Amino acid sequence: MIRLLALRELRSLFTMPSTWFILAALQFIFAWFFLNSLQAFLDIQPQLAQLANAPGVTTIIGAPLFNMVALLLMMLVPMFTMRLIAEERRNQTLSLLLSSPLSIRQIVLGKFFGLMIFLSVMVASIPLMIYSLAVGTHLDSGLLLSNVLGLLLLIASYVALGLYISTLTTQPIIAAIGALAVLVGLWLADIAATTENSPWHLISPLHHFQSFSTGLLDSGDAVFFLLFTSAFLLLAMKRLGNNRIYG
Amino acid sequence: MPNSAPEITLSARNLTRRFGSQTVIHNVSLELRRGEVLGLLGHNGAGKTTTMQMLTGCLSPNSGSIEICGIDLAQKPTLAKTHLGYLPETPPLYRELTVNDYLTFAARLRGMKSADVSAALAQAKQRCGLEAVSKKIIGTLSKGYQQRVGIAQAIIHQPAVIVLDEPTVGLDPSQILDIRNLIRELGTAHSVILSTHLLSEVQSICNRVEILQNGKLIYGDTSARMQRYGQISGFIVSLRNPPAPSVLQNLGGVTQVEQLSDMQFRVLHTAEHNPSAELLTLAAQQNWQLEQLTPLQTTLEEVFVKITDEEKSKSGEKS
Repeated sequence: MIRLLALRELRSLFTMPSTWFILAALQFIFAWFFLNSLQAFLDIQPQLAQLANAPGVTTIIGAPLFNMVALLLMMLVPMFTMRLIAEERRNQTLSLLLSSPLSIRQIVLGKFFGLMIFLSVMVASIPLMIYSLAVGTHLDSGLLLSNVLGLLLLIASYVALGLYISTLTTQPIIAAIGALAVLVGLWLADIAATTENSPWHLISPLHHFQSFSTGLLDSGDAVFFLLFTSAFLLLAMKRLGNNRIYG
Repeated sequence: MPNSAPEITLSARNLTRRFGSQTVIHNVSLELRRGEVLGLLGHNGAGKTTTMQMLTGCLSPNSGSIEICGIDLAQKPTLAKTHLGYLPETPPLYRELTVNDYLTFAARLRGMKSADVSAALAQAKQRCGLEAVSKKIIGTLSKGYQQRVGIAQAIIHQPAVIVLDEPTVGLDPSQILDIRNLIRELGTAHSVILSTHLLSEVQSICNRVEILQNGKLIYGDTSARMQRYGQISGFIVSLRNPPAPSVLQNLGGVTQVEQLSDMQFRVLHTAEHNPSAELLTLAAQQNWQLEQLTPLQTTLEEVFVKITDEEKSKSGEKS
């Protein structure tokens, strides 16, 4: 059932022209940024050659690219999550799901995984672009993998938050602005805190992504993402269940 | 067991629902057997939609219980809902999908195996007249077709209980007839509960009627009997050569004769004794030159207004 709902979500996404437009525009931005970093790397390559312990191509091109994508997704994910429940509610399709033999858990997880698959496909081009450099040089595949893993966890946390906010309202646009406000708020709390061990760093998903981005697999950060994601998924289930009680 | 009554497919006991401090449904109990079509009548805001949302598990009642095919909806919602098909007030359509994709999704959602889906899909499309539009995107269809897709999703998995909230809204007259035939056909093997304000619809397709007023069930009976409710037995007779009214008054069973014009009389009689046959013989014998004899009939509209008005005045007296 979760798979059925996820596939329906994907099918709906791919039948909308706007999805293809966003996909195309994003791939263009990713590629442009990638080529820019590559150019910058080629420009400083002679200086790097003289260093004893110079950073590799994956660190110089890959890490900033992933960081940029992480920031970009913070703005973009709310555009996709806004529809998840709010639009079902507005179009009255929620009653189809609620009167079907499904549990609330299945509805929420189906939507979550549907969008996760879509976003994973969307960002899959980034590791592929970096991997294309393997033709001419040696890549740090460990760093690449940790970046990919971190990015997926980060997306999961964004989607869970957006999904929860989408359950709160009937208007998709309010869900989008709400999710964006919370995500930007968390990010600002992180960058505005100047001291190294300020507690504000801890609540920002983007801050926890930093260790993955440098190739460090910190279990604390992984646990943060898992807790963050599951907390918001549980809240979404709770809110959707309340739909039956409060109407 | 040919003699036993058909099984009960839906039973709701003492449903009460409050929104905030306002109680919108008071103690509503319903029962539906296989092979029955139940019409839920009521003014706007009487609580028809809320009742249906509770019956389908979209809204939980504050108190009371619902059983579908003997399975408690609150305790085993997933199992109970497999026997349920629901068309809400607004058809729950994913406008970006094609009719085929959407109906396949609806069938799978109700737990149908993928091997059975294509046959069910073909049957539902045929029943609702959707074959011609099966590859079209739902958002591009007209309101009538969208309504039919909505009905198709409610019946595709052949549920025991079909709940339809105003199924014929937005359809043109010939489609209305088609859908009514379909509902009547569904009513033979399944149980159907539908809400409407069209009394003619109730008259033509429902076996039973329940009237909701301000969240209370105020009347429940078979639709044939509801039509007789408060009916006056009598007829209007036109005679070109009429006798004195007292002659008519003296016929057996006549309670009252009212002269409407020179040649027209309104004759009221007791329910048991209909004097029209006697009158016809006399008219022939005594050359009254009978022109017309029309039985007095009440329409469901009149009955409905009568029942709801009675209820209003009753509650008015109480308060």
